[in-house]
Amino acid sequence: MGAQKFLHLENIEKRFPIPGNEDYVAVTNVDLEIKKNEIISIIGHSGCGKSTLLNMISGLDMQSEGYIFLKGKEIKGPGADRAVVFQNHSLLPWLTVYQNIEMAVKKVMPDLSKEERKERVEKFISMVNLDPAKDKLPNEISGGMKQRVGIARALSIKPEVLLMDEPFGALDSLTRANLQEHLMRIQQKVENTVIIITHDVDEAVLLSDRVIMMTNGPEATIGEILEVNLDRPRNRVELQHDPEYIRCREAILSFLYEKFAKEDE
Amino acid sequence: MKNELAKKIILPILVFIGILGVWSSIATNVEEFPTPYDTYIAAFGGVNADGDEITGVLSDPFYIENEDDKGIFWQILNSLQRVFSGFALAIIVGVPMGIFIGMSKSAQYAFDPFIQIFKPVSPLAWLPLLLFIFQDINLTAISTIFVTSIWPIIINTALGVRSVSEDYMNVAKVLRFTPIEKIRQIILPVAVPFIFTGMRLSLGIAWLVIVAAEMLTGGIGIGFWIWDEYNNLNYYNIIIGIILVGLVGFILDLIMGRIADYFDYTKKGRA
Repeated sequence: MGAQKFLHLENIEKRFPIPGNEDYVAVTNVDLEIKKNEIISIIGHSGCGKSTLLNMISGLDMQSEGYIFLKGKEIKGPGADRAVVFQNHSLLPWLTVYQNIEMAVKKVMPDLSKEERKERVEKFISMVNLDPAKDKLPNEISGGMKQRVGIARALSIKPEVLLMDEPFGALDSLTRANLQEHLMRIQQKVENTVIIITHDVDEAVLLSDRVIMMTNGPEATIGEILEVNLDRPRNRVELQHDPEYIRCREAILSFLYEKFAKEDE
Repeated sequence: MKNELAKKIILPILVFIGILGVWSSIATNVEEFPTPYDTYIAAFGGVNADGDEITGVLSDPFYIENEDDKGIFWQILNSLQRVFSGFALAIIVGVPMGIFIGMSKSAQYAFDPFIQIFKPVSPLAWLPLLLFIFQDINLTAISTIFVTSIWPIIINTALGVRSVSEDYMNVAKVLRFTPIEKIRQIILPVAVPFIFTGMRLSLGIAWLVIVAAEMLTGGIGIGFWIWDEYNNLNYYNIIIGIILVGLVGFILDLIMGRIADYFDYTKKGRA
C-alpha cells in the first residue's frame, strides 16, 4: 500500500426520489482523488450537480452510492475538519464579525484559553484585513467583507479541507477579483486543501491546480480534468498573455460551450 | 417636521372634542347616562351638577376601608397580579412548547389541530369549568388567563423557530453543535423577536380576559369593580373603569413593545 490518499471520492452517485416516478439521478460515477494542499475547482453548467457533490464532501448531504474518505476515514456527516464557505456567507446577523469567528473557534477548539482564543480570532480577522470592522454587525459591512468573514471563520477552525460553494458568485466582478486575490494571498500563507465550486472560467483557471469539468445533468459526471501548470503567486494581469493560461481557458470554454453546451439557460 | 408634530397634537384633540360631543348627546338622550362633566367630577372629585361634594375615584386611589372596599389602585393592582401570574405561566409553558413544535414536524402535526380548536375558545367558556375545578377565585382567574393567552405564544414561537434559515442550521451542522447549543446560539436569537410578538399579543388577550373573568368571579379587581359600580348604579364609574382599563392596556403594550425591540437583533446595528 502506497501513501495514504488524502481525500478520495469513490464511485459516487446521488439520487433524489421523485414521488410516483423513477429516482432522479443527479450525479453518477464520480471518482476523484484530491491531494493534500491542492486547490481544485469544480466547474459546470447549473444543474450539473457540482453543489450536490460539495454537499456530500461536507457531509451536509449523503451520497446514495459510493464512499468518500478523508485521510482514510469515511465521511458520514458534517464536521469541522471540512469547513464550508457558503455562497451567501451565512454569518449570524446578531453576532459581530469577531463573535461570528469566535463562536466557531470556541466550539471547535474548546481547550484554548481565553487569551489564546482571542489571539486566534484576531489573527484570522487580520488575515482578511478586517481589523477595523471586527466589532461591526454583518448588516453594517459590504457583501465582499461578509464573504471575507466567512472565509476567516472557515479557516479559523483549522480544517483539513476548505469547501467553497460558489463563494464569490453573489458579488460584482471587481469585488470578486479582490476576493480572489485575498484567497490566493491567504493560501500562500496557510497551505490548505481547497475545493471551489464555480461557474466562472477565469476564476477556475486563476485559482486552481486542477479544474474538474462536469457534464450536464441528469446523470452528471466528471467529463474532463484539466491540470493548470502555472507558477504561484499568479498575477491576473500578466496571465492574460500566458500561453498556458490561454490553453487552460480555451480547454474549459470548449468543454462548456462546444462539447457540453446547454441551450436553455 | 414641525407641521407634522402640530398635526399629531391637534388632530387627536379634535377627535377628542368629537367624542365628547357624541358622548354629551347620548347623555342628553339616555336617561341617567352620565355626562362628561359628571364623569370628570366622579374621577377627580369636586362639586357635581346636583351641588354635592364628591371624592373622586382617582383623588384617593390608595384608600383601604376594609377587605371588600379598597381604592381603584388596589383593584387594578390585583387584576395586574392575576394577569401577570397567568401570563408568566403561559410563557413558561408556551415558549418551550412552541420551540418543540417548531423544531419537530411530528410535534407540529400532533398538536396543531388542538391549538387551532382551543385558540378561538372564549375565556367565558373556560371560566365555569375552571371555577368548578379550582373552587377558588384567584386560581380560576389565573388559569383562565393561562389557557386563553398561551396560544399566541406557542404559535409565534413555533413560527420563529421554523423561520430559522437553512444556512444557519448548516453552520451549526458543520460546527457540530449539540441540540442545546443549536437552540441557544442559533434558534433562540432568530426566534426571540417572534416570541416577543407572541407575548405582546398574549398580554393583550390576558388584559382583555381579566375584566370579563373578574366580573364573574367577583371579589376584587378592576373587572369586579366595574360590575360592582353597575350594581351600585354609579354609571359614571363604569366609564372611568373603561378608560382606566384602556390606559393600563395601552401602557402594558407599550412596555412589551419596548422590551421586544430591545431583544430584536434586526432592530440593532442599523443606526
